[in-house]
Amino acid sequence: MQKPIATNRSSMGIPTGKLAVWWVIGSEIVIFGGILASYLMHRLGHPEWANYAQHTNTMAGAFNTLVLLTSSLTAVLAHNAAERGDGKRAANFLLLTVGGAVTFLIVKGFEWNYEITHGYVISSNQFWSFYYTAAGVHAMHVIAGAILMVWVSTLARKGQELQRVELIGLYWHFVDLVWIFLFPLLYIAK
Amino acid sequence: MEATHDHGAHDHHDEGFIKKYLWSTDHKMIAFQYLITGMAMGLIGAFMAYAFRMQLAFPGMHVPGIGVITPDVYNALVTNHGTIMIFWVAMPVLIAAFGNYCIPLMIGADDMVFPRINRLSYQIFLLSAIVLIWSFFVPGGGFGGAWTAYPPLSAEELYSLTPTGSSLWVVAVGLEFIAFLLGGINFVTTAMNSRAPGMKALDVPITVWMIVIASILFMASVGPLLAGAVMLLFDQNLGTGFFDPMSGGDPILWQHLFWFFGHPEVYVVLLPAIGFSGEIIAVFSRKKLFAYKTILLTAIGTGVLSFFVWAHHQFISGIDPRMANIFTITTVLISIPIAEMVFLYIATLFGGSIRFTTPMLWALAFVAEFIIGGITGIFLGASGADIYFHDTYFVLAHFHYTFFPIAIIGTYAGFTYWFPKMTGKMMSERLGKLHFWGTIIPFNMIFMPLFVLGAAGQHRRIYDYTGFPELSLDWMQMTRVVATSSLLIMLSFQVFFFWNVFASLRNGKKAGKNPWRSNTLEWTAESPPGHGNWAELPNCYRGPYEYGHPDREEDYWPQNLPA
Repeated sequence: MQKPIATNRSSMGIPTGKLAVWWVIGSEIVIFGGILASYLMHRLGHPEWANYAQHTNTMAGAFNTLVLLTSSLTAVLAHNAAERGDGKRAANFLLLTVGGAVTFLIVKGFEWNYEITHGYVISSNQFWSFYYTAAGVHAMHVIAGAILMVWVSTLARKGQELQRVELIGLYWHFVDLVWIFLFPLLYIAK
Repeated sequence: MEATHDHGAHDHHDEGFIKKYLWSTDHKMIAFQYLITGMAMGLIGAFMAYAFRMQLAFPGMHVPGIGVITPDVYNALVTNHGTIMIFWVAMPVLIAAFGNYCIPLMIGADDMVFPRINRLSYQIFLLSAIVLIWSFFVPGGGFGGAWTAYPPLSAEELYSLTPTGSSLWVVAVGLEFIAFLLGGINFVTTAMNSRAPGMKALDVPITVWMIVIASILFMASVGPLLAGAVMLLFDQNLGTGFFDPMSGGDPILWQHLFWFFGHPEVYVVLLPAIGFSGEIIAVFSRKKLFAYKTILLTAIGTGVLSFFVWAHHQFISGIDPRMANIFTITTVLISIPIAEMVFLYIATLFGGSIRFTTPMLWALAFVAEFIIGGITGIFLGASGADIYFHDTYFVLAHFHYTFFPIAIIGTYAGFTYWFPKMTGKMMSERLGKLHFWGTIIPFNMIFMPLFVLGAAGQHRRIYDYTGFPELSLDWMQMTRVVATSSLLIMLSFQVFFFWNVFASLRNGKKAGKNPWRSNTLEWTAESPPGHGNWAELPNCYRGPYEYGHPDREEDYWPQNLPA
């Protein structure tokens, strides 16, 4: 499909794609804001939740934080390559970022498997409900981001739509940032 | 292989039914998809109103078209009437249909910035409508826990008795939100970035501004409820207890999440209707829209304030009275910008050469009827009075005096105004006026009596008042019959609308490019505009409301004419 003229206009001086991604991030912030605000309100009223949080695996969470931060670095390197017009290099870095997403999900899978088999399921109590819901919604975003990055990297390898490398990077940093909030709130706060 | 073609690849190729009508990325076709789906849902919602009003006026009667209404069906009807009218009629028609149609045309662009996301947005919306309708036919029937879906009623199948219906309801509402998030991002980005060369922010027509502000309000408020919808779905199906006090949850949390969205939502649908009526009042008064910039500022002010009023829905949910005082103040404050807008519209009319065309009548009626909704809102915003009025028909009449002007009158205003552009045909003024008076008079006759009943203590969401001796006095039952009869009259007058549409499509007068002699850019395109809207996209040289300029012979000055 040919892009309409509207798409290539830039009355605000900001590329259209970037403007839209910022609006996406804005609306995502309120979604996660809703979950986190609900969680915080409950958590402050229930100091005993600290006892449940003991059973989360802080080491696994810390490792996953490291993985996500590293994947954000490769996303930046992909953007850097795309800026210089090197689509192939950008695609490779994006696939490395996808690798980070997959690692994150695998670690998460082991964690959840361990917790569920030890009896900490989503309906156990309020803490575990929030734990699985917040991390689950975040994991959906990781999956969506990974799928989009595979698609953008395929285009970038052919030298097409290189500006999208930066856009998916912006989104990926946001997913990363949400985790930076979730990790201390769900794992560390005791 | 065909080597030669006697026409260009673009003008004439036959796209086929599916590509043209169902899989189109053209903003105008998507607008029609939203419009038709929204109006069809409106008919379903109207049928539901007919069914439960008949039950209230004539308890236990065999209602033609649906039969005897049982209590569970009654609950499902009122719940889904509210849900449909707000989420599947007001939203898709006012914002999605008119936003899609008007934004690119009014800012001089050939399409939305993301046509395929636009198409996806409609498809998700259509899916959400199908899921909602499907929910009526599953075992246990449709969800009956009111459109606000307060837990634990909505969360526990033991209480709601609709195991599948309530989950499908939540899924449908969630999908609908996602559809409008995608649509809203498209609208805002298009209006920000794709304006015609020369069109500055303050040259943008008020309609576009209002839809953009509404979309931003929606984006900023719907997130927590989307999160809440996930939590409610888990409560229903996975055994979590977010809203269940028995397992440490809090049902009031849902009320906060719901109304943090629910109140801004009123302004999300109100602002587009304010935009249409401003547009129409300026055109048919042949006067510059009075205080364009102030209208914008008041709209933005209303939007910001609307995030601080939500707890006025919870005055009897056990909130701290000191908190209730704060929310009373913010709620009453929000009437200031709205009143200001009304005054500015009246000032626009003052000294104008007013032409009472059908769209103008609708626009004026919108302002007049909405005032009644606004003023009765002050009774409910004051926590002291609300304790008495809460959950009575006074509340019901109040919000119908806001939502009916918004969703129905506003839609008819926009529809009759842009119909010549959409179809290239003029509508019949005679049928239009008949339809107008046949809608407006019965509308007041439905809801004025309901204010009285509400003030007399008639509670909402009651299936049959004969079980309540103090609520089934003769005069009360008579009043219910008056309201229901007026509804029947109003519904039957809608026939004239559809008659008008089809008759005008078939043999209406040709509209030409600019039948209303308007300034805004959409009137410089062909009627109906072709693919890409203009052969050559217009430039913009001035603001949209230069009517009756002293230096000009003609009383209007289109935005695209060089000085």
